[in-house]
Amino acid sequence: MFWEMLKGALVRQSRKMFMVALTIALGVSLTTAMLNVMLDVGDKVNRELKAYGANITVIPRAASVLRDVYGIEASSGKTGQYLQEADVGKLKTIFWANNIVAFSPLLETKATVGSDDITVVGTWFNRQLELPTGEVVATGIKELKSWWTVEGNWINDADIKGAMVGSTLARKLNLRIGDSVEVALPGGVQRETLTVQGIFNSGGAEDDQIFVTLPFVQQGLNLPGKIGKIEVSAITTPENELARKAAHDPKSLSLKEWETWYCTAYVSSIAYQIEEAVGDSRAKPVRQVAESEGTILQKTQLLMLLITGLSLAGSALGISNLLMANIMERSREFGLLKALGATDRDVLLLTLTEIMTTGLFGGIAGYFLGLGFAQIIGHNVFGTAVAINAMVIPWVIISVILITLVGSLPAMRMLLSLRPAAVLHGR
Amino acid sequence: MSLLELHDVSMIYGSVKALQGIDLTVEKGEWLALMGPSGSGKTTLMNIIGCMDKASTGSIVLDGVDFTDVTAGNLTMLRRDKIGLVFQQFHLIPYLTAVENLMVAQYYHSMPDEQEALLALERVGLKERARHLPSQLSGGEQQRVCIARALINYPMLILADEPTGNLDETNAKLVLEFFQQLHREGHTIIMVTHDPKVAELAERCIVLEHGRIANRKDRRIVCREEEVS
Ligand SMILES: Nc1ncnc2c1ncn2[C@@H]1O[C@H](COP(=O)(O)OP(=O)(O)OP(=O)(O)O)[C@@H](O)[C@H]1O
Ligand SMILES: [Mg+2]
Repeated sequence: MFWEMLKGALVRQSRKMFMVALTIALGVSLTTAMLNVMLDVGDKVNRELKAYGANITVIPRAASVLRDVYGIEASSGKTGQYLQEADVGKLKTIFWANNIVAFSPLLETKATVGSDDITVVGTWFNRQLELPTGEVVATGIKELKSWWTVEGNWINDADIKGAMVGSTLARKLNLRIGDSVEVALPGGVQRETLTVQGIFNSGGAEDDQIFVTLPFVQQGLNLPGKIGKIEVSAITTPENELARKAAHDPKSLSLKEWETWYCTAYVSSIAYQIEEAVGDSRAKPVRQVAESEGTILQKTQLLMLLITGLSLAGSALGISNLLMANIMERSREFGLLKALGATDRDVLLLTLTEIMTTGLFGGIAGYFLGLGFAQIIGHNVFGTAVAINAMVIPWVIISVILITLVGSLPAMRMLLSLRPAAVLHGR
Repeated sequence: MSLLELHDVSMIYGSVKALQGIDLTVEKGEWLALMGPSGSGKTTLMNIIGCMDKASTGSIVLDGVDFTDVTAGNLTMLRRDKIGLVFQQFHLIPYLTAVENLMVAQYYHSMPDEQEALLALERVGLKERARHLPSQLSGGEQQRVCIARALINYPMLILADEPTGNLDETNAKLVLEFFQQLHREGHTIIMVTHDPKVAELAERCIVLEHGRIANRKDRRIVCREEEVS
């Protein structure tokens, strides 16, 4: 009889239950979509980070010692130790040269603009570099910082009076494309006037800096041919035990291990080879880059999680309203069941089963709807298809149970307080 | 021993005294009509007798069971086992067929038994409509299903609160004929009605007024006047 009553309630008033199922389906579809996108995009970004993100910074050996011992960041040139600009091309002569996709020398200095102390960085923007082999490669920060969004133009490396200003600084100094900015380098007597060619947004600390051509800083500091560091972007193989052992101390490896390590594109072996090629240098893997991108990923995931949570709360609220109206409308029916001898438990069991069955249909429909949403989001936001992840299913099940249970709580409370005498003789 | 004995029963809703000092005895097999103006406490009294509400004060003994101090859960069990309820607004479950509506009552009482339910429908002349939903039945037919439901578990006492209040004359007649048949079979019936012709069918008639049973003289006047009209 229980099942007959359930069937009757579900089939013969399917339109009302359809609304509940629809609300559940919407909440679940968002959960499914968000979780699928979250898991898949996380994987994708992680893979990309592994491929391109393991950047290497090459700094002078002396500066590196200072940094290791005293914790001083030595890139601003305070230590008086520099790399040679002429050595930069040697990067492309190492065994893993083809894995180095972009690199750029940098020379940083403090400078004053108006009354503000800011950092000015001299670098290559898009340099055609002729290698000792006669090959020509294009490199510079345009390649290296491919994620920057630039308003205006990248500077031509020959344009020694050109400048690119970080977006935060540009806002602070109220600078626009084409404006002039007066910069006083330390030691320099007169101010140099630069023209703002581009304003960039990097999402990082560079947004507070000014980027100029390398010769501009070299001349200003009277350091011709010198650079502070080289930033390198290399495609690397994920680390393993051997790589970690080697990173700790390459000399501890056996000859065979050493050969395997040297001929694998670990970040540590590439760094080692760079040190061999560039005189008096120290090449270090930079984790911050990967980590800051990881943070962005984390924040995106947090945002998606939040949206998921909110959409679940929203549909629980919707369900709660629908069920409340449904139970109120049927209060005589439940009053009658109680009058016929049904206990509170009987009535709760009946309605909960009814709601859960509806939730099941809504949940299944919502799951498939959500897979569709995930593809739409994937194509529109991330430009790729989103892989379907079976791990999502248990979470979907939990969320269905949660939203239907939470959503039906007020209605259940009302059912319990329902007195048959009050509803059956209502006029 | 009488089937039902009420002694000094009162029901107070806040400041409203819906019933005051009701003494009432109903014998087995008796048909009692309950009359009185609107708001006089008829439904309140039926709810108390039908174990749907607990009286504020007073003692109630039904079939030898004193349920003055029973818990709400036990009240549900008493109602299920001893009372058959017929309402003015039929109260059938809209998404169940006539026979299923009867089976629900069996289900919460003991065990659903389709054969018995069909027989019960046959008794009220609705065998052909057993598979129809309430919305496909006329008001009179719905009320007959209701009566069949009230009888399905062999109750000791049938309580009907204005069972003909929502019916036209023809249907009311059909339903009343059925109550007469039940009375002849020895069922005990308490029926609230506004219609003196209906009260006339009962063996005994009591009148409520402002929550009290009107005295013998008044009662005779009301019942007779209504009998005359
Ligand atoms: N739950 C309640 N709360 C407060 N007052 C109530 C409640 N139920 C009934 N009353 C009051 O008790 C009195 C008796 O009501 P009852 O429903 O028993 O009258 P009745 O004789 O059945 O009237 P009618 O002929 O209109 O059905 C009325 O004054 C009513 O307002
Ligand atoms: Mg009434």
